Amino acid sequence: MYVAVKGGERAIENAHRLLAAERRGDPAVPELSLAQIDQQLALAVDRVMTEGSLHDRELAALAVKQARGDLIEAIFLLRAYRTTLPRLGTSLPLDTDRMIVERRISAIFKDLPGGQILGPTFDYTHRLLDFELAEARSDAPSAPAMRREAPEAPDSLPRVVELLDREGLIEGESPGDGGGHVGDLTREPLTLPAKRGVRLQNLARGDEGFLLAMGYATQRGYGRNHPFAGEIRLGEVAVELAPEELGFAVEIATITVTECQMVNQFKGSATAPPQFTRGYGLVFGGAERKAMAMALVDRALRCRELGEEPTSPTQDEEFVLSHSDNVEASGFVQHLKLPHYVDFQSELVLVRDLRAGQGTEPSR
Amino acid sequence: MSYNFAYLDEQTKRMIRRAILKAVAIPGYQVPFGSREMPLSYGWGTGGVQVTASVIGPADVLKVIDQGADDTTNAVSIRAFFARTTGVATTTRTEEATLIQTRHRIPETPLRPGQIVVFQVPIPEPLRWLEPREVETRKMHALEEYGVMYVRLYEDITRHGRVAQTYEYPVLVNGRYLMRPSPIPKFDNPKLDRCPALLLFGAGREKRIYAVPPWTAVKSLDFDDHPFEVEHWDRPCGLCGARGVFLDELIVDDKGGRLFICSDTDYCSRRQASGPGPEPRR
Repeated sequence: MYVAVKGGERAIENAHRLLAAERRGDPAVPELSLAQIDQQLALAVDRVMTEGSLHDRELAALAVKQARGDLIEAIFLLRAYRTTLPRLGTSLPLDTDRMIVERRISAIFKDLPGGQILGPTFDYTHRLLDFELAEARSDAPSAPAMRREAPEAPDSLPRVVELLDREGLIEGESPGDGGGHVGDLTREPLTLPAKRGVRLQNLARGDEGFLLAMGYATQRGYGRNHPFAGEIRLGEVAVELAPEELGFAVEIATITVTECQMVNQFKGSATAPPQFTRGYGLVFGGAERKAMAMALVDRALRCRELGEEPTSPTQDEEFVLSHSDNVEASGFVQHLKLPHYVDFQSELVLVRDLRAGQGTEPSR
Repeated sequence: MSYNFAYLDEQTKRMIRRAILKAVAIPGYQVPFGSREMPLSYGWGTGGVQVTASVIGPADVLKVIDQGADDTTNAVSIRAFFARTTGVATTTRTEEATLIQTRHRIPETPLRPGQIVVFQVPIPEPLRWLEPREVETRKMHALEEYGVMYVRLYEDITRHGRVAQTYEYPVLVNGRYLMRPSPIPKFDNPKLDRCPALLLFGAGREKRIYAVPPWTAVKSLDFDDHPFEVEHWDRPCGLCGARGVFLDELIVDDKGGRLFICSDTDYCSRRQASGPGPEPRR
């Protein structure tokens, strides 16, 4: 009679089969390979790795494929896998000075040691649909040879903000407040106020769209912090681990990251002279927009530490950190699809009783 | 590759059990825990699933309900998850279950000593709609500063002549902590009081666990002149004839025809099959 409450098991099974078929699409169209996704949808893979907190291009590509291109769903898949992995150790801090740079720009100095390297960027493309891409081409576009002058090819490229640092014009890099302990949000619940390391982890995992909107809001006056893109660099860095029993560091991988250092104005306070302050962003791969937004939000969240009056949500640590995670947000928003008949029935009973009490409706 | 018994690794289970023990020791207090990302979506019961996974053993008999029903899609899905990852026996019969995971209801069949009920909790903080900041609400609990909740209930009475809170009706546990009894309807609140079973509440996304140990006093907030009362229906279940149970409303035709039936499908179907079962505890 009332089929709605019966047959859940079969419905789920059929839904899964239907989903699998929809995911594959028309079987006459060749199936995507993980290598194709990795190579040709590389920025999707980068985003999934960044917000999924797991550096594994192949698994991220698999997640993108399985999620039918829904990147938040792919991030969720990767996270759910990541949570089952053992923690073997903590790497040494990445030394981005020693990055093999593919792109490196600064918006605050026209020229600087190491030079400006534009790299592979959409920035100056004209956003005209390239109809030639519509057809598969037999000849692959060739990359220009990277020209590296001998003196600039050393294994260290100083960061722009360090040039300011020498003059004392920018705040010193705080040594970190963790006392050597590396916090991990995926193991311990967030406590407030959060340490900066945990905050940065939260932002690195945070939803790109959310951070973009928050960062944008700071630019429009909600927690304004007068940012300049001090430096953005993209390239390969070594990941090093120093196992206790070895006593020295070994390189375990090289990964591509984008780092953004914002330089922000600061008028000074009772204890600090006027100087520039920092906002920091770091992401896997080429997720540059995310790195920049992250740096803006990081700086906004440092308001208390710098003695600035918090006046907007972008400076409100609890507001930002509690709502940045897209897997959590997506789950809670979408759980409204689940049955709520019991609570709704309670509300119906109440509303009918209240209306009956007011004489607006005859009692049942 | 295969997963551990009940999916979670033993270290994680140990961490969750510690949180549960603390929660049992301080009834109604919300214990933060390192909630894991589960292979089902936040909002689908990740907190309840982690609690269940941490307490379930091979000898357990598991029942899973959503909205009181064993056969709603999410109940089916969670039951299948544990059947696959633990191989334990599952049941729909309330009295046969040693472990019951639920969303939004407490079964009509009286619970018994030795049973554990695990509630899926979306928002654990009873003061959340009055104060959105966790930093503040933790202080309010520490100082037992619950006046705002009484004011909120009082405002309802002045406006509507009664408390207009129908589910997640706030309770005071063991005379100390204000607790949000997950979103069960207030109809089920009296079942929390001095319940013989252990009641565990898991909020995965919010990373909190809390508990009501067996036989603990749980009082729904009220006033002397406006005592707490539950929903009532002026008709029995349309299928089994039960009275004094929570009824779901079905719309059965396009002329506004309604059918009211038990939300507890186990209770209802067995009354239909074998005549009236045990009367619900009120």
